[in-house]
Amino acid sequence: MATAIAERLSATGTVNALELRGVTKQFGALVALSDVTLSVRPGERRAILGSNGAGKTTLLNCITGDFPASSGTIRFFGEDVTRFPAHERIRRGLRRTYQISLLFGGLSVLDNVYLACLGVSRGRFSLLRPKRDDALLESARTLVHAVHLDAVAERRVAELAHGQQRQLEVALALAGAPRFLLFDEPAAGLSPAERSDLVAILNGLPAHMGFIIIEHDMDVALRVVESVTLMHEGRIFKEGTPEEIEADPEVQELYLGHGHG
Amino acid sequence: MAAARPGFASATGAPATDREAAVPPAAWIGALVLLFLPAIASDFFLVQVFGWALILGTIALSLQFLAGYGGMVSLVQMTVAGFAGYMVAILGTSGLAQISLGWPFWLAVPAAILLAVLFGTLSGALAVRTAGIYTIVITLAIAAAFFYFTRQNETVFGGFLGFNGVRAPVFWGIDWRSPVPFYYLCLAWAAIAWGLVVWVIRAPFGLALQGIRDNPRRMAALGFDVTAHRIAAYAFAAFLAAPAGILLTWLNGQIAPGTVGIGPVIDVLVIAVVGGLGRPIGPFIGALLYVLLRIFALDALVALGLSGQRFQLLIGLGFLVTVLFSPDGILGLWERARRRRAATAAAGTAGGR
Repeated sequence: MATAIAERLSATGTVNALELRGVTKQFGALVALSDVTLSVRPGERRAILGSNGAGKTTLLNCITGDFPASSGTIRFFGEDVTRFPAHERIRRGLRRTYQISLLFGGLSVLDNVYLACLGVSRGRFSLLRPKRDDALLESARTLVHAVHLDAVAERRVAELAHGQQRQLEVALALAGAPRFLLFDEPAAGLSPAERSDLVAILNGLPAHMGFIIIEHDMDVALRVVESVTLMHEGRIFKEGTPEEIEADPEVQELYLGHGHG
Repeated sequence: MAAARPGFASATGAPATDREAAVPPAAWIGALVLLFLPAIASDFFLVQVFGWALILGTIALSLQFLAGYGGMVSLVQMTVAGFAGYMVAILGTSGLAQISLGWPFWLAVPAAILLAVLFGTLSGALAVRTAGIYTIVITLAIAAAFFYFTRQNETVFGGFLGFNGVRAPVFWGIDWRSPVPFYYLCLAWAAIAWGLVVWVIRAPFGLALQGIRDNPRRMAALGFDVTAHRIAAYAFAAFLAAPAGILLTWLNGQIAPGTVGIGPVIDVLVIAVVGGLGRPIGPFIGALLYVLLRIFALDALVALGLSGQRFQLLIGLGFLVTVLFSPDGILGLWERARRRRAATAAAGTAGGR
């Protein structure tokens, strides 16, 4: 009990937003993540780069609890969440988006965001229908506005363009009071105009909201982060500022390829 | 990606927009007919046809709620209803005086409903960790286990013969098992259950349930406890089915293992599927059809010189034809016909201009 209170108290201080120690994930014989140790400060914005199969998405899945880690510990603002189910981590302020949009195609845009707001509220089991001026509904409308989807708020999500679905993914992650976000390739399949829109949304997030972003597009990734972690074959390979990473010859050889050579 | 599933009630309508579908005229007519049915129908039709259909429809509605909005095909709903029936016989009065505790109905009925909801919730807690066909199998296993248990347990469940002489209460000077009051009792619970489902699927709880149906992983990533939500859905479904089970026991004046056998358990699924899993009215349409077939197919078959036992064949064939030609049930047929008519009408107006 005392330790739990201490953990909560320290969470408000100088503790890291995310603290991973020796996180390993195995799928049978395949080692997808191997002994990953990583710290991210509150408010820090970090890109995770790496080729396909480097373990980036698996890392996100372990952090959120979509798949539990095989071994190692994960602390979220000081609290050990390693054994927590996904929804318990989300309720503590962790959020994520998915690489392939996981949305509710049969529901409207507003309903989707409303569900996201509901998930981190106390009204999850409510049998009362929301009124027009319902607080959750209001915050849902605000979020729809924040990701520039007002025009299609009442449309069924299955009818939206790909780029709009990606924006909705971001809105779902921003519901409630997130303390830390994980973005899994938010720019995948977006047009150049939509990309700069996304960069504007990410740079417009309140300063206390740190995030990790997995992104193949350097023009997006390096414009929104202050630090970069490079992964290769399930391990952390290098860490540094965007400038250092871009200038590193080894990195260019391994990841950035001939285009930058 | 959760695409809208045709045949299932995918779009719930935004809670924001009050997109309540206008009540179609057919629904108004249906409601009026049901309300004033005692003025035109014989006692036999009132109780044996409509009373029975309303009871079975309500039990099938609890299955429709779980399957249509929760994506969980539960075969335990008839068992939950039968459990409530057994509890009323055990706690209240019956012909088996050595077992029945003789509680007054105002105590026995709520207690029976409460225990049945508990039973349904526990069954749900066992079933929700499975998905798809495994949910069907595990709920069928629970149903089968309960059936064999009641058959073999003499001390509490009365064994093979079960309980007879389970009578509906008499109060306010009304015998609630006499045709007209009993019909209204069945109609009232069916209407309340239907209304509850229609309400709940638009409430946050129901909306979240449909989210879990379409995409459980994403719902967990939004902070929903998927398992707890599914178990709560089972509890709600049990609350719909339990009073219907008590009404069924009063209708027959008895409860025996045959009521909760594998046959009736499957029949409830057939009723829900044939009627249509898409909307809460579907199970009632399926139930009326089922009851009419059960009662009149017998006579028709005998008149044709066939064994009356063959009605099961007719029901089976009806199920096959429905699944083959209209996977969304009779409701689906009806809705497609209406859309076609609307399209023709629209084409007609466009051509006229």
